[in-house]
Amino acid sequence: MVKVMVNGKTTEIAGNTSIVDLINSLGLKPEMVIVDLNERVVSRDLWKSTLLGEADRLELVSFVGGG
Amino acid sequence: MEDDFLIGGKRFKSRFLLGTGKFSSKETMRQAIVASGSGVVTVALRRIDLERTQENILGFVPENVTLLVNTSGARNAGEAVRIARIAKEAGYGNWVKIEVISDSRYLLPDNTETIKATEILAAEGFVVLPYMNPDLYAARALVAAGASAVMPLGSLIGSNQGLKMRTMIEVLIEEIRQVPIIVDAGIGRPSQAAEAMEMGADGVLVNTAVAAAEDPVLMAIAFAKGIEAGRDAYLARGDRERPFASASSPLTGFLYDE
Repeated sequence: MVKVMVNGKTTEIAGNTSIVDLINSLGLKPEMVIVDLNERVVSRDLWKSTLLGEADRLELVSFVGGG
Repeated sequence: MEDDFLIGGKRFKSRFLLGTGKFSSKETMRQAIVASGSGVVTVALRRIDLERTQENILGFVPENVTLLVNTSGARNAGEAVRIARIAKEAGYGNWVKIEVISDSRYLLPDNTETIKATEILAAEGFVVLPYMNPDLYAARALVAAGASAVMPLGSLIGSNQGLKMRTMIEVLIEEIRQVPIIVDAGIGRPSQAAEAMEMGADGVLVNTAVAAAEDPVLMAIAFAKGIEAGRDAYLARGDRERPFASASSPLTGFLYDE
């Protein structure tokens, strides 16, 4: 198990969890999610191959209405 | 007569920029965007609420519309830069509205931080539209920093107070010639949008006044007409105001004169 931060909350996940695994486990629609891992955006085609490690910081963001 | 709106290397027919916040439904928002004829809409980036079902706002933005991602939520230049880079890296274009605000009561933009963020992002190739508190020195600094427009507030965001900052906006319109001036924030009525355009603004950005109207689609149409009317009036170079009367018909040849 590793401790990662997702949207500001510390969570424990299994080691070798990929980004796509995490997105699926959270019930999120991939096409609506932008993934920022340690302050770099990870493009969708790299989600399967990017594995999360200890102390990784994830921001899962999407567009909302705004002025 | 051709009077296209040239900004950020693009050409638009409409001088109406529309915000997407506060709409009662995404479908209403979509209809309002279409009705407005706007070519540029603003959106914000937020953390996904992991407890709720997602709604994809982008699916409701018409395809030919330019997305202007704002940096709302940023309290300093660093945060604004990070938000802008996320949107660009994720493939959503390089147009960014810099919005750096650190007080939640008045939502006034921080000109100093906005100038810093503009310099960084313009150098990285963004089309930067900075939201600012109208101040001539700050506007000049934004132009020097590479901004593609200057967006002075008309009045407080969401307040519908209109052009409270009129005098300072007039100064900017007169003195800043290199980039378009877009009045952004606080415009509450189509007549106020028309007035901004009559003053010589190049465009206006409206959100609350449309989204919070009882009939947002009709209000979007009203604003579009007001903005066109104001622009035409500006180009028509109207007659001046006078302190005394000026008769419309000759003051001679009256009937029944003795």
